[in-house]
Amino acid sequence: MAGPDYIAFDTLSLHAGQQPDPATGARAVPIYQSTSFVFRDSDHAAAMFNAERPGHVYSRITNPTNAVLEERITALEGGVGAITTASGQAAMHLAIATLLGAGSHIVASGSLYGGSHNLLNYTLPRFGIETTFVDVRNPDAFSDAMRGNTRLFYAETLGNPGLEIVDIPAVSAIAHEHGIPLLIDNTFATPYLCRPFDHGADLVFHSATKFLGGHGVAIGGLLVDGGRFDWEGSGKFPELTEPYAGFHDMNFAEEYGPAAFINRARKEGARDFGACMSPTTAFQILQGVETLPLRMDKHVSNSRAVVEFLSDANGVAGVSYPERPEHPDHELAKQLLPRGCGAVFTFELEGGRAAGRAFIESLGVFSHLANVGDAKSLVIHPASTTHHRMDGPALKAAGISEGTVRLSIGLEDPQDLIADLKRGLRAASKVS
Amino acid sequence: MYLNVDGQAAYAYTGARQPVEGQPSFVFVHGSGLDHTVWTMQARYFAHHGMNVYAVDLPGRGRSKGTPIDSISGCGDWIAKFCEAAGTGPALIAGHSMGSLVALEAVARHPGQFTGLALVGTAVPMSVADVLQDAADENRGEAYDMITIWGHSMAGQVGGGPHTPGVWLTGSSVRLLERGGPGVLGNDLRCCDEYRHGPESAAKVDVPTLLLLGQLDMMTPTRAARSLAEALPSVKQVVIDGCGHMLMAEQPDAVLDELIAFSESLHATA
Repeated sequence: MAGPDYIAFDTLSLHAGQQPDPATGARAVPIYQSTSFVFRDSDHAAAMFNAERPGHVYSRITNPTNAVLEERITALEGGVGAITTASGQAAMHLAIATLLGAGSHIVASGSLYGGSHNLLNYTLPRFGIETTFVDVRNPDAFSDAMRGNTRLFYAETLGNPGLEIVDIPAVSAIAHEHGIPLLIDNTFATPYLCRPFDHGADLVFHSATKFLGGHGVAIGGLLVDGGRFDWEGSGKFPELTEPYAGFHDMNFAEEYGPAAFINRARKEGARDFGACMSPTTAFQILQGVETLPLRMDKHVSNSRAVVEFLSDANGVAGVSYPERPEHPDHELAKQLLPRGCGAVFTFELEGGRAAGRAFIESLGVFSHLANVGDAKSLVIHPASTTHHRMDGPALKAAGISEGTVRLSIGLEDPQDLIADLKRGLRAASKVS
Repeated sequence: MYLNVDGQAAYAYTGARQPVEGQPSFVFVHGSGLDHTVWTMQARYFAHHGMNVYAVDLPGRGRSKGTPIDSISGCGDWIAKFCEAAGTGPALIAGHSMGSLVALEAVARHPGQFTGLALVGTAVPMSVADVLQDAADENRGEAYDMITIWGHSMAGQVGGGPHTPGVWLTGSSVRLLERGGPGVLGNDLRCCDEYRHGPESAAKVDVPTLLLLGQLDMMTPTRAARSLAEALPSVKQVVIDGCGHMLMAEQPDAVLDELIAFSESLHATA
């Protein structure tokens, strides 16, 4: 642009949301491991409780360490505000519970993390919220599945585990045409690889446990408000546009404009559901975010090396990675994820479940566990673990078979990873 | 609340409280391309501390209907009409940036209608760079970017200051400006740029005035308020350390504390 420039992504990763501690001069983010914060006087206390002054009252609602992480991720995603939560699942629940109640309906991608599928398919119906799952590669399916009570579209930037890419511009356009927001789980991409708000999404959440933290030592989540959705124009969200008796008849759209959603989520959801993040966890995740650009570049370059190896390896029936020309979302990947398609992907092992077991149990560098996005490389068999509650048709819709193996590529030397995979493939070939 | 001003629906945020007959009034005026939400915290405070509060949306912005008025003087007259429609009685008025010029004109052109004047992030003249005016006239997003970057101190852009926890000021600023709609920002900036008689109007102000400035303000630098300070008959100047042009967003507590002190000083002298 002709004028000044914004602070760049790499700089924001290190600095956003923090000034050196005014009390001590500490450069690192201090861990404010305190449940509560002292008021100046009675009037100050009343003003804090009534949202007349900013600040921290009680760490279930806000905390200075958590606020740094919230502001930093908001800056990296390009939103207006964020809330830290106890886990990615808690962030997803907070988004849904802030907008929807009994009698509401969600249209969701059928290609989701198993835990997200559990919440939508099994748990939320108990609370009167139903979900229709659709083929994420067909944006019109979202429109076709809409009902009069639909209040949310939901998808993952990169589907877990098949890396189906949601066409965010197309799906968000359909959503907005119907006055519905689009919620995106951006865990696999991180804002370094894709910023969903730039493409039309309205809300984003993360399992910060994964790439944002990157070290595998802390469970956490983040919910981010893009600030562009027109809640008043939609007319479908009285939670944001009409007085809320639970907070002195506050009308969030009237008082906070673009930040209506995140304020309602904090003043109701963080307060009442209580799934807050520990300040120590926020500190740990911040350590990861500081190096996010460097790590994601390495995750992606390592993944490309491994994908190239697997694509030509004996015993491998196919590799699902959107940078491959044969992947159905190859063109969309170039548009939405130009820096790379992340470091979690699947491949099809010949020989079925027995071969899969032999493969996984013979690996020495890859760790067999239920997580992704760690600095260390990880492996799992989705059909028997992360997605085992899905029935046959749901598994098929999610692109998972008995021979599907999911890898999460870490930061090791890629030649060591390839050597480890060769060991696994040799073991698998002996039982298939 | 909505009132009818010049045949159009005019909106003002009242701090989530209905006005009470007999209470003193406090009117807040936003800056270029913005709306009442820039004053939410301060307005809530005074609404819950014995004042009737009216944080207006100028015509054609926020929830107010109509088209933007094309002069600062016209906006000042509109404020006076709003106050009359609301039945505010003699009111304290605060304006930010363009809103400070509007508030100045309202007080200068309508003597007796106001009890005090708070000019926040103000300058006379309030010249607008051609590159910004051109971008705003063409409804290009670069205009929002320039205002956001020039409007915040470096600390405000980085974040972690004494503002609302978990909120990123840069993103919030851009989103709020985006809501203004085509033509609004260009109109407002031109009003500021063409406004030339600030010192003359300041000399007519017959109520105590607070100049509340940001030490690191690049859009209305503290030195640019000097002519106002010299022309105003009764003025107190306060500079908030480390603060840019978007004072209410960057340091809401400091702004509120100064407004409280100013309001109390008016009561003490009344």
